[in-house]
Amino acid sequence: MTCRKDLGSELIALERAAGTVGKRYWRSLEELSETKAFQQLIEREFPSQASVWPDSLSRRKFLTLMGASLALAGVNGCSVRPAPPAEVVPYVRPPEEIVPGKPLFYATAMTLGGSAVGLLVESHMGRPTKVEGNPDHPASLGAAGSFEQASVLTLYDPDRSQAVTHLGQERTWEDAATAISAAMKKQRNAKGAGLRILTESIVSPTLAAQLAELLVQFPEARWHTYEPLHRDEAHRGAEIAFGKTVDTVCDFNKADVVLSIDADFLASGPGHLRYAADFMSRRRVRTAAADADRAEMNRLYVAETAVSCTGAKADHRLALAGRQIEGFLRAVAARLGLPAGGGTAADEGWVAALAGDLQSHRGRCLVLAGDRQPPVVHLLAHALNDRLGNVGQTVIYTEPVDARPENRTRSIRELTDDMERGHVECLLVLDANPVLTAPADLSFTEHLQKVPLRVHLGLYQDETARQCQWHLPEAHYLEAWSDARAYDGTASIVQPLIEPLYQGRSAHELVALLAGSAHVPGREIVRRHWRKQWSERETLQDQDFEERWQTALHDGVVPDTKFAAASISLADGWQRHLDERGGDAAEPESPAVPSAANGAPLELVFLADPTIYDGRFANNGWLQELPKPVTQLTWGNAAIMSPTTAEQLGLKMGSYAHGGEHGGYYMPVVKLQLDGREVKAPAWIMPGHADGTVTVHLGGGREHAGRVGGTAEEKIGFDAYALRTSDRRWFAPGLKVVPTGETELVACTQQHHSMEGRDVVRASTLDRYRQNPHAIADEREQEHREISPRTDEPLTFYESFDYEAPKHKWGMSIDLTACVGCNACIVACQAENNIPVVGKEQVSRGREMHWLRVDRYVEGPAGEPVGFHFQPLPCMHCENAPCEYVCPVAATVHSAEGLNDMIYNRCVGTRFCSNNCPYKVRRFNFLAYADFKTESLRLQYNPDVTVRSRGVMEKCTYCVQRIRHAEIGSQTDGRAIADGEVLTACQAACPTRAIVFGDMNDPQSQVKQCKDSPLDYGLLEDLNTLPRTTYLAALRNPNPRLVTE
Amino acid sequence: MSPVTHMSNEPTGMPSGPRQPDYVPHGHDFQSITEQISDIVLVRRTGLGWIGSFLFSNTLLLVFTLVVIYLLIMGVGIWGIDIPVAWGFTITDFVWWIGIGHAGTLISAILLLLHQRWRTSINRIAEAMTIFALMCAGLFPLMHLGRPWFFYWLLPYPNTMRLWPQFRSALVWDVFAVSTYFLVSLLFWYLGMIPDLATLRDRSTTKRWQVIYGVLALGWRNSARHWHRYESAYLLLGGLATPLVVSVHSVVSSDFAISNVPGWHETVFPPYFVAGAIFSGFAMVLLLCIPIRHIYRLTDFITVDHLEVMAKIVLATSFLTSYGYLSEQTLSWYGHEKAEHYVYLNRLIGFNQYAWLAWCVFFCNTIAPQVFWIPRLRRNQGVLAAVSLLVLLGMWLERYVIITTSLHRDYLPSSWGMFQPTIYDYLTFFGSIGLFLSAFLLFARLLPMLSMSELRGLLPDAHGHEGGR
Repeated sequence: MTCRKDLGSELIALERAAGTVGKRYWRSLEELSETKAFQQLIEREFPSQASVWPDSLSRRKFLTLMGASLALAGVNGCSVRPAPPAEVVPYVRPPEEIVPGKPLFYATAMTLGGSAVGLLVESHMGRPTKVEGNPDHPASLGAAGSFEQASVLTLYDPDRSQAVTHLGQERTWEDAATAISAAMKKQRNAKGAGLRILTESIVSPTLAAQLAELLVQFPEARWHTYEPLHRDEAHRGAEIAFGKTVDTVCDFNKADVVLSIDADFLASGPGHLRYAADFMSRRRVRTAAADADRAEMNRLYVAETAVSCTGAKADHRLALAGRQIEGFLRAVAARLGLPAGGGTAADEGWVAALAGDLQSHRGRCLVLAGDRQPPVVHLLAHALNDRLGNVGQTVIYTEPVDARPENRTRSIRELTDDMERGHVECLLVLDANPVLTAPADLSFTEHLQKVPLRVHLGLYQDETARQCQWHLPEAHYLEAWSDARAYDGTASIVQPLIEPLYQGRSAHELVALLAGSAHVPGREIVRRHWRKQWSERETLQDQDFEERWQTALHDGVVPDTKFAAASISLADGWQRHLDERGGDAAEPESPAVPSAANGAPLELVFLADPTIYDGRFANNGWLQELPKPVTQLTWGNAAIMSPTTAEQLGLKMGSYAHGGEHGGYYMPVVKLQLDGREVKAPAWIMPGHADGTVTVHLGGGREHAGRVGGTAEEKIGFDAYALRTSDRRWFAPGLKVVPTGETELVACTQQHHSMEGRDVVRASTLDRYRQNPHAIADEREQEHREISPRTDEPLTFYESFDYEAPKHKWGMSIDLTACVGCNACIVACQAENNIPVVGKEQVSRGREMHWLRVDRYVEGPAGEPVGFHFQPLPCMHCENAPCEYVCPVAATVHSAEGLNDMIYNRCVGTRFCSNNCPYKVRRFNFLAYADFKTESLRLQYNPDVTVRSRGVMEKCTYCVQRIRHAEIGSQTDGRAIADGEVLTACQAACPTRAIVFGDMNDPQSQVKQCKDSPLDYGLLEDLNTLPRTTYLAALRNPNPRLVTE
Repeated sequence: MSPVTHMSNEPTGMPSGPRQPDYVPHGHDFQSITEQISDIVLVRRTGLGWIGSFLFSNTLLLVFTLVVIYLLIMGVGIWGIDIPVAWGFTITDFVWWIGIGHAGTLISAILLLLHQRWRTSINRIAEAMTIFALMCAGLFPLMHLGRPWFFYWLLPYPNTMRLWPQFRSALVWDVFAVSTYFLVSLLFWYLGMIPDLATLRDRSTTKRWQVIYGVLALGWRNSARHWHRYESAYLLLGGLATPLVVSVHSVVSSDFAISNVPGWHETVFPPYFVAGAIFSGFAMVLLLCIPIRHIYRLTDFITVDHLEVMAKIVLATSFLTSYGYLSEQTLSWYGHEKAEHYVYLNRLIGFNQYAWLAWCVFFCNTIAPQVFWIPRLRRNQGVLAAVSLLVLLGMWLERYVIITTSLHRDYLPSSWGMFQPTIYDYLTFFGSIGLFLSAFLLFARLLPMLSMSELRGLLPDAHGHEGGR
């Protein structure tokens, strides 16, 4: 405030001094700004201004201030009274980059679970609205997962903590700084003996350096790390294999045969977007029909418990209980000549075929162990890759991306022990929620009370915040400067797109405060780190640094930061560890197959929630409402089991909720009892799940997540952490499942598994394709002849539309082989098109609003499914659209470019179009779903897309706003729209590039080539709708030795 | 043509009553007919029964009003509709009410042209029922719109947007069909009532009612010229209304038949819907006539013979409707189209879904009316009322089953779902019955329920009058 006043008085002084400026009309701001005095004012202004806005001085703020300065300098006649700093200062001269209506993109990165994904964030007039992947970033290649896509909603979440609080009372950052500084002063004398810092996995080089520096200042202090979805077993596995902790980085581009041991590498874990892209690049069949015999595909074997996206895409999938998987891998290893021993389970023929396949692809195969599996499984995977000559080919080892790859469980246990013994005087929890996530047996919350000073920095007033005296609001990653490493070590600078909406600060700034320095903006901290890094290797001039810095910001990657492959080999005597019982390794005497028959105990498997991760995204409505891949559950978790197990337990699907199969069920509630702990959970039956096992997703049932994610009165799902202990981290035997007779509503967007013998997803195998590439086309021909004579001309009463070039004829092709069902496209669509969240009750009534859905079908009997299919369903934009002719008011009409346009303003809401849509892709605003009220959420809306009110039908538009943008751009430049210039939101998000969109008039376009493929088919073609979205049939590549036809 | 020869047109094999009915009010003369019917309006005290019924139906009407207000505030999401079943109770109610309205025109127009004299005793009641049923029916498509305040966009009117309705949509046809039907029915009803209104004007004792009925009677003076014009106009209107009997419900059936929804896309729908409409319409007339003839002592005019002939029509239309059921099932089986075959099979055996309702439909609409083969039963008023009630229920369920089962499991199994009504679905439906009953009770209290002039025309003394036709 005082600084502002200074600025005002300075301006008056300036005007008086300049004399000529004040009393005379000036012609332009430029003229004024040319005066020397003004230049000086600008120069002098910023150091002081920086303290008015204590946060970093972003480019945007700079420009705002610049505009403000000019504005104020121009005011005369009236007394100069600067606006209070909280008020927004209008642009007098807009920053040159910002053109109203034209979005800007900035590169940044989001960190989750110990690795980062590089992103490009779309900003409209200073508001980040949409997250896209950064094509230059190795972990993204242009794709972005659902968590990244949805993060923009968290940014604007009105439930985010907005103020510093002390014992629930609102305070200022200054108060907090005083309190913390006092405590630190005391700690400094004790060398920090009572100081503990708890973080999650840190992959920010700057933050890691800051913390390391802090530990130098406070040598007795400890930095603990804990994260519920940790990689302890993988790290320990590497340690016993190689003698040191390393990260495994896979190269699926080179792998012909992949064996995944409980690893969902296509949809979760570090680098999964890249892995999915690489994996599918070897699976896509795009050869012309003439070259069909040269078509190639990789082959995927998966052994897993619950059906994951990866398992669903497998050519051969084995459903095994978590603890059986080790035995299976041992059997494979034994067959490949490793001294594994003790191999059991599994079908011998399967193992032999798999081993043979791996053996014959030496150096071109890959064995991958999932993070849940015990260290010994990782050891075996490393040994197998070594034996099969894959190291250096499909697998490389690098130093860990994690700045502190310690054992998380041990770390949190040590912290708890210290707290219990009263050794901890001051605990700082940086962006972690251990009260929710710590192992249940440690009584973390209880021991936490013994710590005299507890400080929590986080996005929300969550469970941990409520147990700490001080809560400090954290800046969201889109609000703060930072940096982060991707799965392969590549570093990115995280640059903010907006000033903190609330009073958030980053962990960097807080750690700097602990280190005793006066307030340093986050940007400075990050810049200092990289300046230091870069000058270590060479002498760096200021200008060089700026250039590099700008390049790194612009590109979203810091050059030459990727980790080199470590040259390591299996440590001597690794075989000794084959009997190590670390992690959740099976006891040697444990029964091979758990079974619910005769009331025998079952196995409980803990899994990351596919939509809310470890619970941190619980308050994100997009993610809560996003159907979980495969199960299609929304708004809460369930105890997932196989049909056989459910039958043995006497559990059945409950009665329909309002929406029936497209809505949910009142499922029987069971008590899950494990080692004296108990939770109640609704059961859910999923074909393909391993028998004798119950899977639960972590992160549900939160008490203090927010208005969306659950409160003590109204929880979303159940808290599976209550069953998870420090020695049963991923799967636990001895589970008792007791039906209670109660029921609970489980919302599910698609329960029906079967295709009912209809040709919804057409599938074939590589062999059959090679023999007759036209098999699918022949099949269609055959059916159509039976139903109606088919000609190339559309059968219609009306004159057909004319799309002669240079008009466009838009079309989409979706490759069912490539779709992994991760559902990232759904969130992308939701963010792009302002699609509202409707809540659990409305979902259970079958009224979710997603314009794009990903259908899941199970092939074969429910008890023993033989395959899974995913089918993304946007609007088909039919040429003979059934919706168009039934609309009484012409609210849905054909566009000149073939799109099926929806005119919201004209819609009166008869819903006939939805009834008549055989694909059921239309969505209706049954109630007022769109949020017009919440101020912060309004900032998220895409200004190019109408926000629909109630009573109006809506549906996929092929992102028509993006087509228009490209059209305007091409017209301005006087050129045609290039192929690939228009990317629909779903297409852009898709990690495997399964969705292709473009102009079918262009014979060279990718979409045209897809449509010419012999695998191309339209859904429900026999209805003569002539869909513009077509599919490429799903191909699999089963091992001929295992095909029993 | 004497009544006796006319009635001998009946199939000879049919067991008929002990005598051939002539539908003439025996034991009455011009004066007694006029007195008895006009006294109901002019002399009879408003009974407690009427007041009780009126309060009851007004309560229902109040519920209806409140639900509509709530609907306008919240949106159609208060009902159970969803995706895939985006039409639920409202469209069912609409088709049901429209169907009920069908008996009116059939009785007024077609039976008039066919010189069925038994229509004379019931045509006024049937026409009034038609008007009120159409009033209820017309509200449902409006309410069911997502944005009802823009309903007029379905009308072709000049506007600055230069937009017409989209004429390929059956919903636009509906607007024309239903509004035409309503107008013609209203005209028919009113025109037929003019001589009676004049009678009421002449017989009322208070100034107020003399003025009101006088205005409504449009200066009717009973002159021969009046009668001549009246008869011509009435006959012409009858001719005009005749195609409407077939067209309205055919158009309503197009709401379904022009779609590509399995279970809706049927060529049999137009005749099948018309038959069903007449079926339910006559059931409703029966249900209204049975208590009215007792309460208002009209047993001389609405005789058991009248009820019996209506029962025969109910039986006949039951067969036509059942033929529709059979045809749908057979053709879907014969057509061998996967989705369609599935829908019809599911309708029969999907007991987790709606099959039990479909079997209720078969029971109410096909089996129950079979009791009318037995003369004793079709002359028993209790049986008649019970079967009529079952038929009305069955026809409502039939539309519900057609709408719901076809939508809930169509082409893509991924989108299969259910429709389950909410309390508001029920309240809207029962509320609309309140509207119907309130209007009907007012009609019974304020207007002549039977056509005095036409009944007088049936008397043997009125030969001259009859010869004028």
